[in-house]
Amino acid sequence: MSWAKRIGLNLAAPLLAMVVAMLIATLILVATGDDVGAFWTTMLSWPENRNLVNILNATAVLYLSGVAAAIGFRMNLFNIGVEGQYKIGTFFAAVFAGAAILPGYLNTVATIAVAMVSAALWAGIAAVLRVTRGVSEVISTIMLNAIASGLVGFLLPKLGERTGVSTSTKNIPEGSRVGGLALIPDAGTAKIYGLALLAIVVGLAYWVILNRTRFGFDLRATGQSETAAVASGVSVKRMVLISMLMSGAVAGLIGMPVLFGQAYNYGTSFQTGIGFAGIAVALLGRNNPIGIFFGALIFAFLSEQGNLLNILAGVSPDIVGVTQGVIVMSVVIAYEVVRRYRNRLEQAAVAEQVVATTGEAAR
Amino acid sequence: MTTTVDAGMSAAPATGDAVTVTGVGKRFPGVIANHDVSFAVPAGTIHALVGENGAGKSTLMKILYGVQKPDEGTIAVNGVVHTFNSPSDAIAQGIGMVFQHFMLADNFTVLENVVLGAEKLHGIGAQARARIQEISDQYDFGLDPDELVESLGVGERQRVEILKVLYRGAKIIILDEPTAVLVPQEVDALFDNLRVLKDQGHTLIFISHKLDEVLSVADDITVIRRGATVATVKPADMTARKLAELMVGSELPSPSTEESTVTDRVLLQVRDLEVDDGDGRPELSDVSITIHAGEILGIAGVEGNGQTELVEAVIGMRKAVKGTISLQSEDITHWSTLQRREAGIGYIPEDRHRHGLLLNSPLWENRILGHQTQEPNVKGPWLNIGGARADSTRIVEEYDVRTPGIDTNARALSGGNQQKFIVGREMSGDPVLLIASHPTRGVDVGAQAQIWGHIKEARRNGLAVLLVSADLDELIGLSDTIQVMLRGRLVGTFDPQTVTPQELGSAMTGAGGEA
Repeated sequence: MSWAKRIGLNLAAPLLAMVVAMLIATLILVATGDDVGAFWTTMLSWPENRNLVNILNATAVLYLSGVAAAIGFRMNLFNIGVEGQYKIGTFFAAVFAGAAILPGYLNTVATIAVAMVSAALWAGIAAVLRVTRGVSEVISTIMLNAIASGLVGFLLPKLGERTGVSTSTKNIPEGSRVGGLALIPDAGTAKIYGLALLAIVVGLAYWVILNRTRFGFDLRATGQSETAAVASGVSVKRMVLISMLMSGAVAGLIGMPVLFGQAYNYGTSFQTGIGFAGIAVALLGRNNPIGIFFGALIFAFLSEQGNLLNILAGVSPDIVGVTQGVIVMSVVIAYEVVRRYRNRLEQAAVAEQVVATTGEAAR
Repeated sequence: MTTTVDAGMSAAPATGDAVTVTGVGKRFPGVIANHDVSFAVPAGTIHALVGENGAGKSTLMKILYGVQKPDEGTIAVNGVVHTFNSPSDAIAQGIGMVFQHFMLADNFTVLENVVLGAEKLHGIGAQARARIQEISDQYDFGLDPDELVESLGVGERQRVEILKVLYRGAKIIILDEPTAVLVPQEVDALFDNLRVLKDQGHTLIFISHKLDEVLSVADDITVIRRGATVATVKPADMTARKLAELMVGSELPSPSTEESTVTDRVLLQVRDLEVDDGDGRPELSDVSITIHAGEILGIAGVEGNGQTELVEAVIGMRKAVKGTISLQSEDITHWSTLQRREAGIGYIPEDRHRHGLLLNSPLWENRILGHQTQEPNVKGPWLNIGGARADSTRIVEEYDVRTPGIDTNARALSGGNQQKFIVGREMSGDPVLLIASHPTRGVDVGAQAQIWGHIKEARRNGLAVLLVSADLDELIGLSDTIQVMLRGRLVGTFDPQTVTPQELGSAMTGAGGEA
């Protein structure tokens, strides 16, 4: 198969899924009697620069979340607990950073480590349960999400402080905050989070580890065929443990760009649901580092544009959630269709090869 | 036990043939599973299909039940030719199938399992219960419709499976290796059930490779070898030995005339090995083997007698409960699979799809599998992609793997070419011991000869080879020594130069005296 064909096949599925999702969203709007024209004009208009900044910021956060989920997926581990790990990681990081034990950027670096470690340990609970007792990580991580919410809600008043109606952790000292990057001109005060760069670092590390290291090979092999991995000498238990810890560590990073670049503390209003969105983004991006970027970008774009719907088109922005959901569902189906088509192409190619060498085969 | 039981001609009067298979053939890419299979099953008889593993029995069975369509030939039921596009077409013609692996929901009752998917017949209530009770009584199954399946024994579960097909109105019942999961007493009970079914006019097609069982229960026996029917015989005219001869072919290849390369350097030594199934039931007991450099030790035996467990214990996928395994006089009993592979054990697994390949990965990534820590695949913790690719190209050329390239996914290759790639991979990197488990199963004849050639070459190069196979030709043709495994124990040692397949067959079934 030529490279062009390979790339074409890779793009076919997500594009197909997007078209289907757009059609379904249109049908829903027609059925509810909403203004379809205004909806699409709003959704597909080129965003203002300040919205562009928001989209890129959201993309970075979603990307981290997507990679966290993808690490598990590549090993057939369904880490549904990214949300809980993100919450735990961000909360403990915010508490640590607010305490300002270390000066300046030392505090920043140490805080990032705290976020990664605490989130990884939280994910590790599910890993240990799976490895020692065979508990499905899907069940345990869902439970751990609920426990994480409860735990953070319980600890916040004890470790945080009340300011007016809300409770939050202590603010991060000015010297430890990470300033924004004014990459996009004419965006007013909106800036790209400094720690959005973490997404690039994580993306590169994810690609390198997965495709260029022995560990990554073992991880992919285990994900593809546990039996073959065992026969090849991989210790599956060890892999489950390590990949779950890695997935959790990345989940711990999700909250960092916002914590250091905008919120400066963890409070009751800190954004939720990103961990779940990450699962969808990883699915959309097929666990591929570049694919996840586009998945995150599409989700961020749709959400940001959706904010304008109420004002410009008189449509409830909840339709965006529907569209995102339909994209994910159609993409799963589309990938399967394309995968089968690709298998058939390849088998045909092998058959041709065999026919071509039949004379030789008959010796 | 001698097995010259007269199955008796007490069958219901022949009312023509229930099933007639004529010239059926089925090809898969690169492999011919069946060619020119023809036999007839008279109504109201028990007909056995026997053949070694990989002879094409299961493909034939799938064709009869409509799971696969034949490429050529016809199947007639009660004299009328039918084309089955799916199992439901076969069921409509009164054909039922009892699978080797039960398809029952443990937390359902017998009634619920039976009516599942057949709710339209008698509903799911009292009427269905009455019908199930009626069938159970009619054929002496002794099943209670309201009992939970999880509380039933293996034999009873099998009767539930048979009841399921009877409930759906099957007159022709195909049983796929029904005795494989049963203990001897349960086998006797099953055969009593089968005889009752026959007396009441059902036609049974019984697939097996256990010769004594076949002789005791079948009215006719059709032997399949290498995908084709060899003969249909009456058990009265047969002994287990004669049948074995038909199964493996009377003309055996002359045992390797190459001079012996066996040295006195012990490479693998297994002493008093015991392996259990995790619940304390032994799967291997007191197994001791020694393989020298340049020696091929063949393990013969009917499938499921501990060969798989022996192989997996040597490669480290199963833990030894007792005993020791040493490689080059180093104790490796407690080593991990990875350590053993690094120490030079090559492993050609019996199920290449489950244990030997990453089907959805390109060939060059499959070159790395099992050799993740070895040259030329890695440099420290990093993959050496160039090295792996170059070496994959070498394997493809040297081992004649027919593929468009090393970027092709393993799944796309035929069984023979997949296997040649695995053989090439496992021979890379100076192994000292090669474990070859059914190395030519499901492989076309051309690839088979090539793989045999490579195994012989390994022996010449001073490797120790542990060869497990169900193919007696292969064992006799390649091995320097043959040991027979039965119920987890080694029960006899034979010299392939002098052994006859009959002797091996007897030892394998426990029918005859040991050598």
